[in-house]
Amino acid sequence: MDRAQLRELQSERLVKIVKYTYDNVEFYRKRMDEAGVKPGDIKSIDDISKLPFMQKKDLRDYYPFGTFAAPLKDIVRFHASSGTTGKPIVAGYTRNDLANWAEGVARCLTAYGATKEDILQVSYGYGLFTGGLGAHDGGQLLGATVLPMSSGNTAKQIMLMKDLGSTGLCCTPSYALFLAESIAEDPNTDIDKDLKLKFGAFGAEPWTENMRKELEAKLHIKAYDIYGLTEVSGPGVGGECEYQDGTHLWEDMFFPEIIDPVTLQPVEPGQQGELVFTTLLKEGMPVIRYRTRDLTHLIYDKCRCGRTMVRMGRILGRSDDMMIIRGVNVFPSTIESCILEIPEFNGQYFVTVDRVRNVDTFDIDVELRPEYYTDNMEKMLALKARLTMRLVSVLGIKPVIHIVEPNTIARSQGKAKHVLDKRSLDK
Amino acid sequence: MIIDQLSIFLNNAVGRVTEVTTTLGKAGVNLKAFTLSESSDFGILRLITDDNQKAAQVLRDNHFAVNLTKVVYFELGDTPGALSECVQKVSDAGISIEYMYAFSTGNAASVVVRTEDIERCNALIEV
Repeated sequence: MDRAQLRELQSERLVKIVKYTYDNVEFYRKRMDEAGVKPGDIKSIDDISKLPFMQKKDLRDYYPFGTFAAPLKDIVRFHASSGTTGKPIVAGYTRNDLANWAEGVARCLTAYGATKEDILQVSYGYGLFTGGLGAHDGGQLLGATVLPMSSGNTAKQIMLMKDLGSTGLCCTPSYALFLAESIAEDPNTDIDKDLKLKFGAFGAEPWTENMRKELEAKLHIKAYDIYGLTEVSGPGVGGECEYQDGTHLWEDMFFPEIIDPVTLQPVEPGQQGELVFTTLLKEGMPVIRYRTRDLTHLIYDKCRCGRTMVRMGRILGRSDDMMIIRGVNVFPSTIESCILEIPEFNGQYFVTVDRVRNVDTFDIDVELRPEYYTDNMEKMLALKARLTMRLVSVLGIKPVIHIVEPNTIARSQGKAKHVLDKRSLDK
Repeated sequence: MIIDQLSIFLNNAVGRVTEVTTTLGKAGVNLKAFTLSESSDFGILRLITDDNQKAAQVLRDNHFAVNLTKVVYFELGDTPGALSECVQKVSDAGISIEYMYAFSTGNAASVVVRTEDIERCNALIEV
């Protein structure tokens, strides 16, 4: 589909979804009335900027069903976000919503080169989290054989990966790294002789190009990004293609915009900012101009793979995750890419921020790779200085680096926790 | 003579040294010499055992970062000036010492020295 045709389709769908939500949901009616916009004012996708934004807080305030547009009798499944602060975000899906979601995931899998011949090990958590069942349904729609492992139980993961011959792995990149380390340590598993893994679909947390290199080198696979969020649908809002040059967003279903998070105005095409989504087909819990807090940019040029759908650059962080340390904006993803540039470190890190006598402290633990350990104290201290200098030049502030033994930093089996900001605990 | 020394990277955490010694004790490895140097947040534990290869393997299996380093080992009479004489030979040859440690038992003293040029250092001392 060329982009002109795509815009026509998006326009047609936007007009419909705006009318649908205005007619069925008090929340949207109220917001649009307050903004002085009527459904009739929305004639094409270009009019989207007239519509008010919504954010996570709205979904919480209207918990649990306040933003649902379909009656509960048509909702066939619930999912919920982790909800670390108070009530979770609950999403309801109609049968069509689940079908479109699976379609999105199946498109991703196809872009990774998967077919019905593949055996897909789904190691995302199953349950309220959208990762497990989302990847599961998409794999089944494609016709692949799905192995519903869920996360955890690493020894069994490796055993079945070997015995059943899994060719694709779906999980968070941090869990994939943990699995890779466990495989490397398992004397009974040879990555090439015993495993048939070809590709990985990694998502649910931001990751870096260096992490991709590491996963590909350790697991002997191609590592692809899969993007999604519960509020919009789940994994499979977009995915990379064989060129691994940006994440294609399935914008016939999920319309993306980039805005300046401060002025809330759309940025010039290609500029960085906060990603905003409008679901063009969702029935159960649609969202209109939902602010994701993910910071990235969009690439509208046609991809070498031939797909015309827009590509999203790497997620640079979340406007939520951004820490302000000594007045400087710091993203964990920036710290991570600096650490991964230095081969002596294995990429595991933990940031601790605190305030002592009104001054912010900024400490980073990094794990040493055992094979790079040297008996020479001077060299070890030089290594520490190298990372410190690199971070100072990139961030503009100086962290205190602590080199720690391998396997010191707690591994997570879900979303990785890399930061402890003690300042916020005292408030 | 030139011998192997185990060098272990350790977090500065309470009980970490005990974990090393317990691990080696359980494996039936006997410690001969032991020294710990530390920076503000990590330590380097250096030790010599009766079976360095086995000790290294056991420690690696328990996820310690371990390195085998060549060092020069020699024995001296436990008399004033004996050590000075040896060290003088090394410094006269322009070889700098990274670190050394020594201990005496009865009439003899044992010295372990790590330098930038192990072979030459050993040759000088063995003369």
